[in-house]
Amino acid sequence: MSSHTESHNEVPDRLSSQEREEGAVIVAEDPFADPGMPPHEHRIQDIDERAAKRSERTVALLFVVSMLATVGFIVSYALIPIDQITYIWPFGDVSALNFALGSTLGTALFCLGAGAVHWSRTLMSDVELVGERHPVEASPEVKAQVLEDFAKGAEESQIGRRTLVRRTLYGALALVPLSGLVLLRDLGPAPGDKLFHTAWEPGSLLINENTMQPLRPEDITTGSLTHAMPEGLDFHDHDFHAQIAKAAIMLVRIEPEDIKDQQSADWGHEGILAYSKICTHIGCPAVLYEQQTHHALCPCHQSTFDLADGARVLFGPAGHPLPQLRITVNDDGFLEALGDFEEPPGPSFWERG
Amino acid sequence: MKKLSARRRHPLAALVVLIFALAATGGLYAVLAPAGEAKADASAQSLAIEEGQKLYAVGCSSCHGSGGQGTSDGPTLVGVGAAAVDFQVATGRMPLQQPGPQAPVKPNIYTQAEIDQLAAYVASLGPGPAVPEPSQYNPAEGNSAKGGELFRTNCSGCHNFTGQGGALTHGKIAPNLHDVDPKQIYQAMLTGPANMPSFPDGVMPEQEKKDIIAWLEATNSEAAPSLGGFSLGGYGPVSEGLFAWTFGIGSLVAAAVWVGARTAKARKS
Repeated sequence: MSSHTESHNEVPDRLSSQEREEGAVIVAEDPFADPGMPPHEHRIQDIDERAAKRSERTVALLFVVSMLATVGFIVSYALIPIDQITYIWPFGDVSALNFALGSTLGTALFCLGAGAVHWSRTLMSDVELVGERHPVEASPEVKAQVLEDFAKGAEESQIGRRTLVRRTLYGALALVPLSGLVLLRDLGPAPGDKLFHTAWEPGSLLINENTMQPLRPEDITTGSLTHAMPEGLDFHDHDFHAQIAKAAIMLVRIEPEDIKDQQSADWGHEGILAYSKICTHIGCPAVLYEQQTHHALCPCHQSTFDLADGARVLFGPAGHPLPQLRITVNDDGFLEALGDFEEPPGPSFWERG
Repeated sequence: MKKLSARRRHPLAALVVLIFALAATGGLYAVLAPAGEAKADASAQSLAIEEGQKLYAVGCSSCHGSGGQGTSDGPTLVGVGAAAVDFQVATGRMPLQQPGPQAPVKPNIYTQAEIDQLAAYVASLGPGPAVPEPSQYNPAEGNSAKGGELFRTNCSGCHNFTGQGGALTHGKIAPNLHDVDPKQIYQAMLTGPANMPSFPDGVMPEQEKKDIIAWLEATNSEAAPSLGGFSLGGYGPVSEGLFAWTFGIGSLVAAAVWVGARTAKARKS
C-alpha cells in the first residue's frame, strides 16, 4: 500500500509538463479548435499520505461491516423463529426474521459495494487516458497478404482438384440445417378446433365453485352472483387450468321483465343466466358484477357488458359479447347445460372471425 | 237495593249498565285469555314495529315510499330483511344525505335500539334475511386459508385480492375492507348492498362466509401483521412497479451518477 501511494506522490511532477503542453494548445485561426485535455487535478489522497491512509481505513471498515452483517444474517437465520412478529418503526408489526435477514443481507451487499466504490474514487488511479481511434480499413499490404494466404490455403487443401471431397462437403453442409427445421415441429401441433370447444357438454351439471356441489335454480336468488364450472373437472387434473380457462362461467338471476334480449332469456332458466366470465378482449375475468345495473365490468381495461341484454358490450375494447351458455333444469332439479357455448369464449383469434 | 231499583229508570242507567257490562267482559277476558310468553314477545315485537314505522316515516319514507314500496328515488324495501337495514343504517350509508352514484359511509345517527326497531318494521314488510347472531360471523371459527381461496374466487374481482377495494363504473366503488366489523361483512355478503351481488347461503354456506371473514381478519385488519414491512397499499403490481421504477431505479441511477462524478480534488498547488 505504501509503495502504491508513493507512486501517486510522484505523479504530479511526471505529468505536469505534459498537462501544460496539452492545455496550452491554441489555434487562433479556428474558432472551434480542440481545447485538448483539461489539466489533471489531484485528489487529496494523491498528495497526502495521511489522507490516503484514512481512505484505506474507511474502505477496510466498510468491508468489515459487510463481514459482520453476513455473520449477522447467518445468526438471524439460525436463531429467530419464523413466526415471531415484532413492532419496528416505521414499518409496523413485521416478521422479525424477514426484517433481520433483509437488513443484514442488504447491509452486507451495500457495504461491499460502497467499499469498492470508495476505494476506486479515492485510491485507484484517476488519471485521464486518451485512446486514439484508428482507421477501420486494413492497409493494402495486409489485404494482399490475407488474399495470398487464402489462395495458398485453397491450393494446399486441394479442394479444387478433389471433386469428390468438395461435392460431399457441399452436400453435408446443405443437410445439417435440416435438423433445425425438423425441431420446429415441436412448435405445434396447431390448436386445431380446441379454441372453439370447452368442457361443457349437453347434460353437464353446473358445479358451484365454492361448495363443489351441483347447483339448483332455487340456490340462485335475484341479485346474487355465483361462479360455476362444468361437472367432471377436478382441480388435480393436469389440464384443469387449460379447461377452466375456457369453461369458467358466472351465474346471475335477473327479474324476467328486466331482461331485454329474448334469446338471452330463452337460453336461461327463469331469469338465471349463465355467461362465460372470460373477457372477450384479452381474457381477464370480467366478474365485477353490479347487481342493480346488471353490468359486468372487466377490471383490466374496463370493458362493460350488459348481462340483461345478452352481455352486449357497452363500453371498452372488448369486441364481442360474453358468450352465453344455454341451461335448463334436469329431472332431478339440478341446473344443467344444454350444450357447449355457441361461440368460442375468450379473446378473439384469427380463425374466429 | 230499593235505592237502586228506584233509579232504574234514570236517564243514565243504561250507560251505567253498559259500563259494568264492558268492564265485566274485559275483566273476564283478561283473566281467562291465554296470556303466555309468546304473547308478551309478540306485543314487544309489534311495539318495535310500531316505533320503527315512526322512525321510518321520518328518515326513510321520502325515498322508499310510505309503505316501503319504493319510489323513483329509492328501491322497494319489501323483502330486503332486517340484515340489510342493520347494515345500511349502522354503517351510516342510510339515510342517504344526497343523491349520488353510491351511498357513502358516514357517522351513524341512530342508536342500536332504533336500528333494531327500523329493522323490525322493514322485516315486517316481507320475509328477508335476519340480523345474524355473533356465532354466525365469529372469525375464530373460520378457516382463513379456505377463506382466502373463496375470497379470490368471489370477492377479489371488485375488492382487490387483499381487500383494498377498487373502482367500478360511473363513480361507484367497491370499498376497502380494512377493519370492517365482521357482522357488517357477513350482512353485506348475505344481502348484497347497493350494486354488490349477494351471496346467499345456498351458494355460499354460512361456514364459508365465516372463512372469508377469518381470512380478512388475518390479512387486512389492524391486528394483522404486515409480514413484509411496507405493503405500498397492497394495490398489486401496478403501484409496486411504479414505486420500483421511480424510486428504486431512480436511486440506482443517482448512485451511478455519483460514483462516476468528479471526486473531491486537492487544492491546486
